[in-house]
Amino acid sequence: MKWRVLLFAGAAVIAAAAPAWAETDEEVEAHKQVLDLTGAFTNDGFKLRDGHWAGQIKPKDRAVIAVNLYSGNQYWFSVAAANDKAKKIAVDVYDESGKPMTTETYAEGERASAGFSPTTSGQYYVAVSLLEGEPSTVCLVYSYK
Amino acid sequence: MRFGIAIGAMTWLACASFGFAAPPAPLSQDQLAKAIKTDALTIPTPGELFAALEKPGKPDWAGQYRTPIPMTYRNRAQIALNLGGLIADGFIAVEAQDSQQVKNIGTDIIKLAKALGVSENVLSRGNSINEFAENSEWDVLHEELEATQNEVKSSMQSHQDQDLVILVSLGGWIRGTQAVSASVIKNYDEQSARVLRQPAVVSFIHSKIDDISMELRSEPLVKSVNEQLGNIEKLVAFQSGKGPTLDEVKKLNEAVTKLMEEIQRKEDAK
Repeated sequence: MKWRVLLFAGAAVIAAAAPAWAETDEEVEAHKQVLDLTGAFTNDGFKLRDGHWAGQIKPKDRAVIAVNLYSGNQYWFSVAAANDKAKKIAVDVYDESGKPMTTETYAEGERASAGFSPTTSGQYYVAVSLLEGEPSTVCLVYSYK
Repeated sequence: MRFGIAIGAMTWLACASFGFAAPPAPLSQDQLAKAIKTDALTIPTPGELFAALEKPGKPDWAGQYRTPIPMTYRNRAQIALNLGGLIADGFIAVEAQDSQQVKNIGTDIIKLAKALGVSENVLSRGNSINEFAENSEWDVLHEELEATQNEVKSSMQSHQDQDLVILVSLGGWIRGTQAVSASVIKNYDEQSARVLRQPAVVSFIHSKIDDISMELRSEPLVKSVNEQLGNIEKLVAFQSGKGPTLDEVKKLNEAVTKLMEEIQRKEDAK
């Protein structure tokens, strides 16, 4: 009995010590998918940021992520879903007041990218939307040059 | 492997639909307020800031080196702030394409990281930095420095030191802003100076510091840095679409230099 209590306590300690940001298998897969997508940008001289955001979005829903961009740089925001349950994804960029920016876009099913060159440095918002498909786990990264 | 990924991506791009998107509906105030803000994406790296400054012409990055800082800090908050500053120094050395300086900074980063008791993964990054610097692989070094910073932060989080993570980002931001503002002053033009507009970054860092433990926030250095951030936030809040004047850049440079000196000061450094 005692060892069971100890085992349970040990498991609780391990769970508590696990990183708060530990990712699900689907988030890891979505990250892998989006890294595949950004290869072409890297070949074109874009540097990939080592940070990413991953999470689940529902149909007709969107996740909005704040980023800070510099005028003079070019950016590509890329997103991919973990699997093909997502049928159509979109990435849009907005300025600090929420006004949509004109972007260059690539889209195919569960993958999409938006290219943007700000003329003003400051905060922008990147929205990831699931236009068609079932609730899906997606991952967003960005590249710059 | 990398080639394979590139081919895959190129194939995808060839099949994908592309063009210029019609703008969607604006975001509401509620959506802006609820936007996700993360250390990993919302705070830009010093490398991004330096890349933007490179556009009008290559700045004299070597002119932004500073004398080596002490490696004997005992206060963990001070180590975290200086670690961030050193990573920004690494980016400066990469921009200057100076192998020896990159290796020196890499060694210092590992020394400070060790003082915080970070994982072996971080320590192995030191070897990679040396190797890439030896081979002048500047683009890869950009990624390696950012990966080192993220590795340090992950290690802090897994060692229950998550409150120190924001201090690493803050140290990097201050040092990066110091170098860029000094470079703009040397060769002022309004267009280059526009990169210094970053009020939301400071505001986000400020809010994250307000979230850390009272004990850490009460430490004299953290308290002082937090107080000075309020003033710095005003100094980087220029009107949208307009660059700061030379005088405004000088004021910003003075403020971040004062803060950097305070962060790296060690009365009894060996």
